[in-house]
Amino acid sequence: MRRVTAIRNGTVIDHIPSGQAMRVLEMLGIGASTAVPVSLVMNVPSKKMGSKDIIKVEDRELNQSELDRLALVAPDAHVAIIRAYSVAEKLTINLGQEVVNVVRCTFSNCITTNLREPQPHRLKVVQRDPLQLRCHYCGRPQNLSELANNVL
Amino acid sequence: MAGLITMDDLTNEQILDILGDAERLLPVARGEIYLPLLQGRILGNLFFEPSTRTRMSFETAMKRLGGDVINLGDVKTSSVVKGETLYDTIQMVDGYTDIIAMRHPRQGAAQYAQDAAQVPILNGGDGAGHHPTQTMLDLFTIKQAHGHLDGLRVVLAGDLRYGRTVHSLSHALVRFGCDLIFASPDLLKMPEEIVSDLRSHGANVTETEDLYGSMAEADVVYMTRIQKERFADEDEYARCAGAYKLHARHLSEVKQDMIVMHPLPRVDEIDPSVDKTRHARYFEQAFNGVVARMALLCRLLGVPIPAKIEGGAL
Repeated sequence: MRRVTAIRNGTVIDHIPSGQAMRVLEMLGIGASTAVPVSLVMNVPSKKMGSKDIIKVEDRELNQSELDRLALVAPDAHVAIIRAYSVAEKLTINLGQEVVNVVRCTFSNCITTNLREPQPHRLKVVQRDPLQLRCHYCGRPQNLSELANNVL
Repeated sequence: MAGLITMDDLTNEQILDILGDAERLLPVARGEIYLPLLQGRILGNLFFEPSTRTRMSFETAMKRLGGDVINLGDVKTSSVVKGETLYDTIQMVDGYTDIIAMRHPRQGAAQYAQDAAQVPILNGGDGAGHHPTQTMLDLFTIKQAHGHLDGLRVVLAGDLRYGRTVHSLSHALVRFGCDLIFASPDLLKMPEEIVSDLRSHGANVTETEDLYGSMAEADVVYMTRIQKERFADEDEYARCAGAYKLHARHLSEVKQDMIVMHPLPRVDEIDPSVDKTRHARYFEQAFNGVVARMALLCRLLGVPIPAKIEGGAL
């Protein structure tokens, strides 16, 4: 059963872990001020995942820095760029050992909270599923629910 | 060259090696022998927040080994107040010195500085983070008293929540198979993430509010200062502070060779009556800061310490 119509041009983010779609939007900075149409379905049945969320953003193609942010919320999501109703490109999300200059540390007393400090913001991936990150500098575990506020 | 940012930068074998170096350097630290191993080397002391013992003991360590020291001086009159970044400060001092000892109010500052510097950084405390040179002198003091570090029963008492000293020390002790007893008021308990981290490394950790009841089997009682400003309620502070005030009369039932340690400064948590007992080790501990830092300076600068140290008196 098709819950949302196919889009003509834009991006489809599929296989988002169930319930995470809102956080994906937050990380991508898609919200009240976004002018393009955005469709979101949550908790739909999935053969692979049991249930999943899907987001369709019309007339906008995700760039690399948006993919890097997506990796922090839905590292195994599938991202397809749609042009003229067909899949023009499939993008790969890469969550490596370290996330560099994507978000800054969530600990309020970390040295990197001084945004004039020029060295890169570095978060180490300690565990992938469920995701655990630690700051390279202060070593503090990251508060994942605050990451969206710390996007660079 | 790599510095010392956390205790994870050292293996257990390296820790024991450095403690052995420190032992051999004792007569040099006492000024009985002059051994200018670090002649011509310069230490940059960058203390962005107040320090007495750490800064002075680094300076003493360097000078006892024939080296020189330059100081950042008062942060209020340095370029930091003009808004200079840590990165820029480090770039500058990196060019002036061979090694840097640093304390900074922000956590992660030492690693940040190490990434910016060519010379080794010795972390002298970064926010509530790590204080590995303090841990080394603590381990030296414990080993000096007990002859080894393995499997000891250590009570850490007082402010375990904010004290970086006890955080670093706990991690190190667990690596030597020590049993840890955390005695603190509920408000100042060891952070949950640290306790679970220690347990995941196989540590036997007990948490209690009863300091005196936990001392009977202890090999070490490590006291820390309970800071008044941590409490919203003055009565609550008074009640807690009273429960963690060690007096000589509390030591009648403890093991003969149990030692009482404290990173100093103390306020009321160790009564002066304890100073004269066989258990008091906090002043030796402060002195050991010199010898432990001498050994670390040599190690990080790649200067070997002779297997046997002898030489003319001053």
